[in-house]
Amino acid sequence: MDQPKEACVLDGNAVAGLLCELFARDVTTAEVRCSACGVVSEIGGTRVYGGIMGAIFRCTHCGSIVMRLVRTPAGTWFDMRGSRRLFARYEP
Amino acid sequence: MPETEIDTSTPRRLTWRVAEVSGVIDETPRVKSLVLNVAGWPSHRPGQHVDVRLTAEDGYQAQRSYSVASAPECAHVMLTVERIAGGEVSSYLASDVQPGDKFELRGPIGGYFVWTVAIGGPLFLVAGGSGIAPLMAMLRHRAALKSTIPAVLLYSSRTFEDIIYREELDRLAARADGLEVVHTLTRRQPAGWTGGARRIDRKMLASVGPSPKDKPKIFICGPTSLVESVADSLLDVGHVRQLIKTERFGPTGA
Repeated sequence: MDQPKEACVLDGNAVAGLLCELFARDVTTAEVRCSACGVVSEIGGTRVYGGIMGAIFRCTHCGSIVMRLVRTPAGTWFDMRGSRRLFARYEP
Repeated sequence: MPETEIDTSTPRRLTWRVAEVSGVIDETPRVKSLVLNVAGWPSHRPGQHVDVRLTAEDGYQAQRSYSVASAPECAHVMLTVERIAGGEVSSYLASDVQPGDKFELRGPIGGYFVWTVAIGGPLFLVAGGSGIAPLMAMLRHRAALKSTIPAVLLYSSRTFEDIIYREELDRLAARADGLEVVHTLTRRQPAGWTGGARRIDRKMLASVGPSPKDKPKIFICGPTSLVESVADSLLDVGHVRQLIKTERFGPTGA
């Protein structure tokens, strides 16, 4: 999983560490509903472009961007304009 | 060991921990397994990964993700690393690292690409190259619990010498406990080879894997091209998208 320099496709699960920094829990099994097509995907199964510096999450069905995460030296930006809602079950 | 003894809790805050290398195993000419002691390791579920962070003397940091290859029932954490040309982390971990070396990791991470005996089967695992690592954690966990859940591993490697965990996979298959291991070699096959001799395709998946009507839990890990073609073929054959979980690790590899 050593990522080469060019942008490559990963799964949402691959950036679970970045998401954990923000949500302080695992959200790879949380469901996100795409605002473009309405299809629900588990975040771990979305198509992710990017890596450690940030990630663009795309809907598994229509490919629209559902979330963007950018990490800067000062903090983390998280943009969810492409998602209608997110559902996270209580952890066991 | 009963399933309930596995600590499945996720730490609230993901913290960096120091991992000390206690052993290095040469798996293939390009792949090493690192056996690690990690103080305070909270255990993991099979399929989860860790983030590894290396810090240079000038403060420069590089970070990569690696799957945990060991079972939760094992006292050590094992990572299996393939050396990738120009990979600033993998070239250290798969070449220079020595017992006693220390580096930072955080995890376990990700509850999505996870299988435990409690989730049940049948189980269909498809691996390309070093993508075997998280799937091996699942098979080691299955064996540690003496599970007889039907499982099939279809594993694509370039050559016979490139098969990671080859002898251990032979031993696991020899237990005759419901696990079937099928290899395919894409570049070169030794004399008398009886396994597959081409890239994984739809026909191979249909003949080797469980029937879609048995609703197998499917996990695919490997290079992006393999993962995407296998996932598409499995959908064509009639498997359900919700039961197919993928872990891509970029364009390079087997």
